[in-house]
Amino acid sequence: MSKAQPSSDRIPMNLRTEALEQLLVERGLVDPQVMDTFIKTYEKDVGPLNGAQVVAKAWTDPEFKQRLLDDGTGAIAELGFKGPQGEHLVVVENSAEVHNVVVCTLCSCYPWPLLGLPPAWYKDPAYRSRVVREPRTVLAEMGLELPTDTEITVWDSSSEVRFFVLPQRPPGTEELSEAELAALVTRDAMVGVAQVSA
Amino acid sequence: MTATIDFDIDGPAAPPRSNGELVFEEPWQSRAFGLVMSLHESGAFTWEEFRAELISAIATWEEQETPGEEYSYYQCWLSALEQVSISSELVTASDLSGRARDLALRPAGHDHDHDHGHDHDHDHDHDH
Repeated sequence: MSKAQPSSDRIPMNLRTEALEQLLVERGLVDPQVMDTFIKTYEKDVGPLNGAQVVAKAWTDPEFKQRLLDDGTGAIAELGFKGPQGEHLVVVENSAEVHNVVVCTLCSCYPWPLLGLPPAWYKDPAYRSRVVREPRTVLAEMGLELPTDTEITVWDSSSEVRFFVLPQRPPGTEELSEAELAALVTRDAMVGVAQVSA
Repeated sequence: MTATIDFDIDGPAAPPRSNGELVFEEPWQSRAFGLVMSLHESGAFTWEEFRAELISAIATWEEQETPGEEYSYYQCWLSALEQVSISSELVTASDLSGRARDLALRPAGHDHDHDHGHDHDHDHDHDH
C-alpha cells in the first residue's frame, strides 16, 4: 500500500504538531477548548486510582466481583468508569496457580478509564516483544519473582478487547476497609507486573 | 501562560503519575494526544483508522531502528495522526509541510509555545 508521506520528517516534532493544530483549528475541525479538556482530563483526573477502587470493591463484594469477571465494561460502569478504551474490558483474576500479565504487542491498547494512559515501559518495544516470549524473565527483571509452579498467562490487548488484572488480595488484610484496600493496589499490579502487598 | 503545566506537583490535584513519570514528557505530546481525541470524538476518523496508522508507524520504526536512537512513542503517535489526517482529507501533506516550514522560519525569540490553545489568530500578532 502506498501512502502520502508528509515531507516533514526532519522538522522538529513540536513544530509538526503545531502546524497540524493550527490548520485543524483554522478549518474549524478542532475546538481548542475541547482539546484542552481532553488533555487536562488525562493529565489530572483519570489514573490508576480508578482501577484500585474496582479491585478493592471486587475483594470485598463477591457479587460485584462475579459481575466484573462476567462483564468487565458493564461492572465498571456501575462505578461511573467509562469512556474511550474502556469498551470490551475483560478482567482476568490472579490466583495461587495462575498469574496474569497484560501487553499490547502491536501498539499500546490499555484500559484508560481504569488506569489512565499507559506508562513508558508498557509502550516500549522491548516489553511488548519480550513479555510474550519470556514472561517469567521479564517479570523477574521488573521485580516480580514467581514460584516456578505458578503458571503465567500473557494477554494481548487490542481494540477488540482490553485486559485488566484482578490481583490477589494480600494476606493479613481481612480487617481493612474498602478504601484502605484501594490504597494498597498499584498500577503495576493491575497490569500484572507486580503483586499487591499489605 | 500555558494550558497544560499549571498544576500543583505534589498536591491533591497532582497529575496521575507512573513511577514518577508524567503522563506527557513534552507539551507537544499532549497537543498531539488532544488532537487525536478531539478528531475522534467529532467523527473525523474512527479509532480503528487511527490505531491502524499507529501500528504501522510503530512497526516502521522498529524495522528501521537505528542503534542509539531512543524510541519515541509519541513520534509514532504524531506520524499516525498526520497520516490519518491526510487520508481522511482534513489536510494535505503539502499543507502540513508548508505550515511547519513557515513556523520553523519564525524569528528567534518568538516564544510561540506559550500561546498554545489560546491565540490562533496568527495574522494579527503584535508586540507587547
